[in-house]
Amino acid sequence: MRTRLAFLLSGMAVAMMQLAFAQDGSMSLPKTVEAGNAFTIQSTGSGKATLYIIGLGQVLKRNVQLGEATFFPAGSLYNAGHYLVVFAGDSSTESDSFDVVPASKPADLSFLAKPSRLPVGLHDGITGAVYVFDAYHNLIAAPTPVSFELSNPSGTVQKRVVVTREGAAWAGMDSTARQGMDRFVARIGEISSARVVGQVPGDPCGLKMNARQSGQQVQLVTDPVRDCNGNAVPDGTIVTFTEAYNGGQSTVDVPLKHGIAEVQMASHNGATISVASGVVLGNQIRWEK
Amino acid sequence: MSNGRLLAALLAAATVALVVIGTVWPVPSAVAYAGGASLLRSSSTPEAAVANLGDEIRMQAWGKAYASLANKAQFTQPEFVHDLTGYYPSLRTYATVENFEVLPLHASADEAEIELKLHWSTVVGASVSTRDLHVIRNGDRWEPEWPIAREPIVPPQVIPVNYLRWDVIYRGPGDDWGAQDVEAPHVRIVDMHPVERADGVVILGELLNEDVVPAYVSVTATLLSKSQSPIATEDSFDKISHLLLPKQVTPFLIKFPNVALSEVGSIRMAPLSALIAASADPVIEIENEQLHPAPGASLTGQLINQSGQIVNVAHVLGTFYDKTGQVVWVADEYIDRALLPQNPVPFEIHIPEDLARNVSSQRTVIATYSSGGTQ
Repeated sequence: MRTRLAFLLSGMAVAMMQLAFAQDGSMSLPKTVEAGNAFTIQSTGSGKATLYIIGLGQVLKRNVQLGEATFFPAGSLYNAGHYLVVFAGDSSTESDSFDVVPASKPADLSFLAKPSRLPVGLHDGITGAVYVFDAYHNLIAAPTPVSFELSNPSGTVQKRVVVTREGAAWAGMDSTARQGMDRFVARIGEISSARVVGQVPGDPCGLKMNARQSGQQVQLVTDPVRDCNGNAVPDGTIVTFTEAYNGGQSTVDVPLKHGIAEVQMASHNGATISVASGVVLGNQIRWEK
Repeated sequence: MSNGRLLAALLAAATVALVVIGTVWPVPSAVAYAGGASLLRSSSTPEAAVANLGDEIRMQAWGKAYASLANKAQFTQPEFVHDLTGYYPSLRTYATVENFEVLPLHASADEAEIELKLHWSTVVGASVSTRDLHVIRNGDRWEPEWPIAREPIVPPQVIPVNYLRWDVIYRGPGDDWGAQDVEAPHVRIVDMHPVERADGVVILGELLNEDVVPAYVSVTATLLSKSQSPIATEDSFDKISHLLLPKQVTPFLIKFPNVALSEVGSIRMAPLSALIAASADPVIEIENEQLHPAPGASLTGQLINQSGQIVNVAHVLGTFYDKTGQVVWVADEYIDRALLPQNPVPFEIHIPEDLARNVSSQRTVIATYSSGGTQ
């Protein structure tokens, strides 16, 4: 905001100076300059003047001799944008403009990968978006091919190449059938950025429990709980045991520990015992002592 | 100016007069609270004796209450106080008796049975406890016997716990803007529908944590008119179990007072979920759940803490379904006693009479709070 204001005020000042002073010289400017590159501004006429280069976030000032070339070394201008050039002499003022464009060579990627955790086996469940920048953090708007690569610990690799549009490229990837921490990499040439995407098991599948007498109680133990792709459902997942008997009911929510859920409940002859996890129902047992 | 001085003088005189009147002829309750003569009536009847006991409990005059008991030789004063306020920190620890009811059940010349119903005011609302007191005649006075309920003593032991816990590390302030943060838990509303009640619209439903991490959850609903303009926004407040472990389901109930269902064109639901550090323990068994039909429709049962950790506050949420499996009501009750390991504690959730006949099945979930952290 402050730089814009400075730019505006400078422009107004120059315009006023142009009205006040007669023109008696000219200058030769490049139409575009690549960010960070060296460049030269040639002026005509004679006498001394002050050269201003005013852009968004950057202002350069040089005392120059009219009629000579003014050299700006590499790194002088690095923010892409439109720049105003002003020669302010003793009796005259002249202005022109040129553009600083992003460097053509990408130097940095901003990589957004979503989500960081998702269930296995989802089509286009993972999205990666890349913004390409040059060494001075200017967004490179020129089309640039970006390679997206999602690999999981079992060695499966998904790869897509997408060309950027207005500096951005994005791709969708499928989560695989195996749980684990996948590595999601976006790459342009030798520049890359990596993210980790956790693929977690889905809903339990084929939930099954067994019951046996344990003293005056019934001991209920599930088989190792797995999803439909064979991944072990993580510990802490809630498994609900329900025992219904003679109009009464007992319920207990048990977290999986070491892959199984285990609980002891009061033993009621003829009771119907069921097991569920979330919206998934398991088997049902009719309990006879 | 002179009017102002006159008014000030009048106010000062009135204040002095009222102070003098209050000091010379105080109201009985003020005397009692100031430690003077008792507010209590003579214990010449069984009802008066129990009412006196109720007043002493309300004023937390534990010494006087204990002294008035006929069977005080059977227990100590601390045991009596713990029976009323809890042995372990619980809702009752910070509760006070708002009022009480005395209901005669049976009386003869020398003994009587009186029901004392204490209405406690707790941090989560009202709680009622009822004791049936045996009252005996001692000369010209009646003295109640307190039915002491001693808290079971948990034998000293070591209970091995396979301690399962989740902790969360969020992204730091210095991370690049494109850097990942930990994903919020994925939750899903698996059932939702509005019901019209006498006092407004109620939204009932169930929320599932379909993720593999624990979630702090809440549900907000916005009623929209037929022209899609918002009518009101409310959230589930405490009619939900806010902590959901993976694959756990909680019911929720959202009230919109003074809104008619006919005004509602649509409803916008917004489930909120956030990662939360949590523990998978304690495990609470809900035993012997029984649905009782109207009149006095209720769900009763017992909670059994299967872990070694003492649960200070338990919140019981009942979801009631009709024959088609649709949620017809959600009700809850806070347990005002701490849950000790393996010690059954009863609960009773009341069901509205008009809905009770539609209830075919139910599901109960427990939210627990232990001192030193949630869950």
